[in-house]
Amino acid sequence: MTTDSNILIKVDGLRKSFGDLHVLKGIDAEIKKGDVMVVVGASGSGKSTFLRCLNLLEEPTGGTITFEGVDITDPSVNINKHRQKMGMVFQQFNLFPHKTVLKNMTLGPIKLLKQSKKEAEANAMELLARVGLADKAHAYPGQLSGGQKQRVAIVRALAMNPDVMLFDEPTSALDPEMVGEVLEVMKKLAKEGMTMVVVTHEMGFAREVGTQVVFVDEGVIVEQNAPEEFFGNPQNPRLKDFLSKVL
Amino acid sequence: MLMLQNAAPQLAEAAEQGGIQKFFADLSQSFEKTFITDERWKFFLDGTLATLRIAFFAALLGILLGFLLAAVRSTHDMRLLGRKSRTFSDVILKILNTLCNLYITVIRGTPAVIQVMIMYFIIFANSRNKEVAAVLSFGINSGAYVAEIVRSGIMSIDKGQFEASRSLGFDYKSTMFHIILPQAFKNILPALGNEFIVLIKETSVAAYVGISELTYVGNLVRSRTYEAFFPLIADALIYLAIVLILSFLLKKLERRLRNSDH
Repeated sequence: MTTDSNILIKVDGLRKSFGDLHVLKGIDAEIKKGDVMVVVGASGSGKSTFLRCLNLLEEPTGGTITFEGVDITDPSVNINKHRQKMGMVFQQFNLFPHKTVLKNMTLGPIKLLKQSKKEAEANAMELLARVGLADKAHAYPGQLSGGQKQRVAIVRALAMNPDVMLFDEPTSALDPEMVGEVLEVMKKLAKEGMTMVVVTHEMGFAREVGTQVVFVDEGVIVEQNAPEEFFGNPQNPRLKDFLSKVL
Repeated sequence: MLMLQNAAPQLAEAAEQGGIQKFFADLSQSFEKTFITDERWKFFLDGTLATLRIAFFAALLGILLGFLLAAVRSTHDMRLLGRKSRTFSDVILKILNTLCNLYITVIRGTPAVIQVMIMYFIIFANSRNKEVAAVLSFGINSGAYVAEIVRSGIMSIDKGQFEASRSLGFDYKSTMFHIILPQAFKNILPALGNEFIVLIKETSVAAYVGISELTYVGNLVRSRTYEAFFPLIADALIYLAIVLILSFLLKKLERRLRNSDH
């Protein structure tokens, strides 16, 4: 029972279909506080859909997701409240192009968390300084490089002071020379104890930062292990095949 | 032969001079009859003001109706398209969407002049408030077009914007208000401006039922003076001036909204 209180997200029998296409076919997972779960798999395996189900951007077809003790798949739950506690970072950044970096970051805290403008801006400036972008506070997203945009997207999510951060292939849309700066920020975040679920193709990151690595194939988790075991001694033949291609 | 040859151009010149003088004399007389006699310029001024009033309030009504319709249609498309409606509010949304579609189909499928006549001779048959009939008629007409323009603007925004806002915890309404509509508005401004330019000129249809706006007063003056040139050219120039001023203002607004594009 003592371990139960440490479980932040519990996924039971998660299924998701788009019409006749069954993308997720029953996924069980537990994410504890401070965990960094790295989800890997071939494209089309369902790993992104799994992540997007965690904050109900995709509505699951079956199964339950329990976040901080509440079954958020229950239609009577106000999902907007719970989403405030789950930051999300997208492959395509999705910054709001009509707002400055600072406004991107303070919109949520001011409107949803009812922070004062001053408080929200001070907090945002501190976060921007942490990722080395304090000088870009008044720039528009269109003036930033891909790596800068993604760092802003990360701190925009952090400004809501979430309990978990979801990353959906955060470096896949970046030029190679910008991948490093984003991974650096994510590593720092993990070291500070943030709970994270990361869908990525960066095996180096999975090995170095992950506390558990999950291999999704055809809508199910086929292997799940600590990174040393996962990469050093893979069991499933599909995983062996996958690793031989990506490593 | 030589003399005749020399005289001919002079004669023609004299005749031409007389012709030109007569032409200008006629013109100034025509001008006087059209604008000065009985202070007829006041007709044009009143007509212009009436046209501006009708167009302005019709545009306001058009924007209001258009955004409402677009909100219903986009919400329906985003929430229910390709899904079975389940809850009570889903069913309401479905009915509203059907009504909106019907409205847009009927308005876009019938001529504006018929719509004005229906409004004037049937709905406002017992009312003396002619201008209100025109405002309602053109506002309802414009709303159908504005609705489709706004909907196209909402659809032009990347789905990721919607998801990013929802992932922060914003509900559907706040997402529309803070994230989607401001961006959509910038994208549709040229099309919206075009719609209002069309609207201003379309108010001339109101002359058909005897509402005394710009086109009507032009006709009125023409029938009193039997002069066609100045009343029609004056009408045309005044419409052109109104449209030019509106275009100028729209361009300024567009430039101001573009400040986030780099």
